[in-house]
Amino acid sequence: MKVELRGITKRFPGVVACDGVDLSVDSGEVHALLGENGAGKSTLMNILFGLYRPDEGEILLDGQPLRARSPADAIAAGIGMVHQHFMLVPVFTVAENVMLGVEPTGRFGTIERHEAHQRVADLSERYGLAVDPEATIEDLPVGVQQRVEILKALYRDARCLILDEPTAVLTPPEITELMGIVRQLAEGDRSVIFISHKLREVLAIADEISVLRNGKVVGHTTPDETDEQALASMMVGHDVKLVVDKAPATPGEPVLAVDNLVVGDDRGQRVVDGVSFEVRAGEIVALAGVQGNGQTELVEALTGMRPPRSGSVRFDGRDVTGWPPDDLFRAGLAHVPEDRQRDGLIGSFTVSSNLVLNQIEERPFSRRLRIDRGAVRKHAEELVEQFDVRTASVQSAASTLSGGNQQKVIIAREFFHADRLLVLSQPTRGLDVGSIQYIHRQVVAKRDEGVGVLLNSSELDEVLALADRVAVIYRGRIVGVLDREEASRERVGLLMAGAVEEAAEVEAPAGEEEVTVT
Amino acid sequence: MTVTDAAAPPGPSGDGSGAPTAAAKPRPLAWLGSLGNSLVVPVLALVTALAIGGLVIIFSDPDTLDSWGGFFSHPGATLSDSWNIVYDSYKGLYTSSLGTQAAIGRTLVEATPLALAGLSVALAFRAGLFNIGATGQLIIGATCAGWVGFTWDLPKAIHLPLAVIAGFVGGALWGGIAGVLKARTGAHEVITTIMLNYISFYLLDYALRTDAFQRPGREDPISKAVAESARLPDVSFGDIVMHAGLFLALAAAVVVWWLLDRSTVGFRMRSVGANPFASRYAGMAIGGTYVLAMLIAGGLAGLAGATNILGRPSFSLTTRYYSFIGFDAIAVALLGRANPAGVLAAAFLFGVFRSGATGMQAATSTPVDIIVVIQALIILFVAAPALVRSIYRIRAGRGAGQTFTTSWGA
Repeated sequence: MKVELRGITKRFPGVVACDGVDLSVDSGEVHALLGENGAGKSTLMNILFGLYRPDEGEILLDGQPLRARSPADAIAAGIGMVHQHFMLVPVFTVAENVMLGVEPTGRFGTIERHEAHQRVADLSERYGLAVDPEATIEDLPVGVQQRVEILKALYRDARCLILDEPTAVLTPPEITELMGIVRQLAEGDRSVIFISHKLREVLAIADEISVLRNGKVVGHTTPDETDEQALASMMVGHDVKLVVDKAPATPGEPVLAVDNLVVGDDRGQRVVDGVSFEVRAGEIVALAGVQGNGQTELVEALTGMRPPRSGSVRFDGRDVTGWPPDDLFRAGLAHVPEDRQRDGLIGSFTVSSNLVLNQIEERPFSRRLRIDRGAVRKHAEELVEQFDVRTASVQSAASTLSGGNQQKVIIAREFFHADRLLVLSQPTRGLDVGSIQYIHRQVVAKRDEGVGVLLNSSELDEVLALADRVAVIYRGRIVGVLDREEASRERVGLLMAGAVEEAAEVEAPAGEEEVTVT
Repeated sequence: MTVTDAAAPPGPSGDGSGAPTAAAKPRPLAWLGSLGNSLVVPVLALVTALAIGGLVIIFSDPDTLDSWGGFFSHPGATLSDSWNIVYDSYKGLYTSSLGTQAAIGRTLVEATPLALAGLSVALAFRAGLFNIGATGQLIIGATCAGWVGFTWDLPKAIHLPLAVIAGFVGGALWGGIAGVLKARTGAHEVITTIMLNYISFYLLDYALRTDAFQRPGREDPISKAVAESARLPDVSFGDIVMHAGLFLALAAAVVVWWLLDRSTVGFRMRSVGANPFASRYAGMAIGGTYVLAMLIAGGLAGLAGATNILGRPSFSLTTRYYSFIGFDAIAVALLGRANPAGVLAAAFLFGVFRSGATGMQAATSTPVDIIVVIQALIILFVAAPALVRSIYRIRAGRGAGQTFTTSWGA
């Protein structure tokens, strides 16, 4: 099925998720949609699947306009979507999951199990999706569960199949198998949209590639015309490179000294495996790494949210290993958490309450038990002014603010008392460029006041824009600590991907690559 | 001196009953609008419940039901019969709960423990805890207050306060058990408080058969009577006669309001209730907050038990009577939107139902159980605001669930 998106625009408060996107996918084509997190890939596909309605633009299926008000409409029109997070009933069998919602029913409303099983078996044979219709979902490995999701879409006669980051959850052999399946799916009339941010896969599977950045299509190419380097440049987009004016750091004595720290995750896996590093006063140390390499747990251990298994954390020379968050707060640690909605704010509380969330029991905000509401409000008004938080009033609920302004509330609260050490986790994830630049300037200003800054970021651009030193974490170990001058994009990128240091030096090409946008 | 005055809050106060947040632009005097808004659903729930209750009354009266058999021959008579039975029932309800000063006194006495236990559930709710255990905390509170009341012999100035305090402490410790279990082991408070209800009930049942409690010469489980010196004094305004427990309830409502909306402790409790993750990141002790909230909640329910045994004419403990207060308290807290002023208003309404039910039965032979049906319907509609809104075609109010915006309004 030929799918055309024309001028699709979708705005969320504070963010333009899709900005006049044009996309055309032909029958029998595997079309890869490439882009970083937050580039608008998922929003675009959710629009096609009827989950969101676009503010502007139109969708044509084989030339006919589609006005999907819900996924049910989109499915009826022949669109199938395999989400990143599977939508399966774990205790049902494969066949039950596949027919759920479109059960073939007999004369008395009974389910024709046999017919359903037969169709599932036929489909899985035809497309090489080896699945036992009788198996229970929870007993199946993730790769097979994904096949069930694909079967679900095929069972509903999907003629355009959207695969949202299908390889994110798979092991390498499963990925290879999936690649073969995707090829077969794009036979005849059917088209496949393959969403990914992994360059190699896209080059291996796609007929056509469209690159999305900041909600816009910034490039369109085919695997024959391009390579990994060119795609990476297109995806990251050097034209929006974030430049922060900053003088060289003048580091002082160590504020934070981590020695041989070992931390386990919720399942008891050893995810931080003997990490040692230092953050000195007046410098920004970036902890660079691909998501899920232990940095989340490391930061939790440093901020008192997760007890380390062994090793030590020294803060201003004092051993603070295993201290609770409130003691660390009083010792001068400020922390901007990774998940701001969950850990940083109380959405139903006012902006002014959120600005004193960790200081309500301190003077001048309260005396004994009594809250001084005047002092709280005055403080809030000053911070809102100083940090340029766009809110109708300090009495508005935090949940009514845009993402960028919510983050500014947290930044304002934490920066206000950050006088020794500031730990920032993904401080600009999902924010618009203006907010990102503002926050970056504030971080540098704090550094220049002599505060030690630990920046945990998986955005390479952010790491390179802010860091004085870069510590690269891979599988729970620090695989390299580089001064900013040594830390080229390629070298850090390769270290993040797990390449050993010697290899990195040999392979790293010199100079910045040109941006090729067609 | 009526409780309804208290329906207007002492100040703009918050509402933690996590309804979905609607984006709202704050306006000057927004709290007035949001007060109106937060009253819309409970009031419509009451009206709807009374209307459906009216239908139930019609169908539960054999004579009226007979007249429906002849609906097509005498439609007018059928409808007027139906109207009359409903009208007479609700009139009986009104007369015997609010119609006379004596009736108002009875209503206020009924409302007193409901208000205290309702505050208990509301406070725990704001801290993110569902206290199903008001019943058990109330039983233990009444038992402790009663024991102090009939065992010791002290001057009134000491004896009464001591008995009241014993009630508070007993309830607090009993509630605290659930708090500690939650903080230490993560055991869900709904399960533990329900189990503690059973334990407290059978503890009382056992205690009432021991010499320390059982009234001499009685075979049934009933305690000795509380000494004169530990009884709550009667208070009267004209013919409105009640006991001083009402003032305890009013004072408790003010304290709970202040604690929740004006104190650091309440800030912490609301914060943990609204988002334990962010609270933990902000350095708050989640477990400690749960324990504290359950201690205070248990204490309030214990006070409810204390006013009951120290204030109601029998002045003695039995195994009957207690369980309904604890469960009605959940309804009162829900209807009052976990807001102290709202809880007082809701407790008054439930007091009306309780004191009016028998009068209604006497006047029309409409069974008392209808009242339970109406109460249940109110809760159903309050718990499902979307239902009320769709019946009356109201759009989600701009203040709905948003009242934290105003809880700090200055």
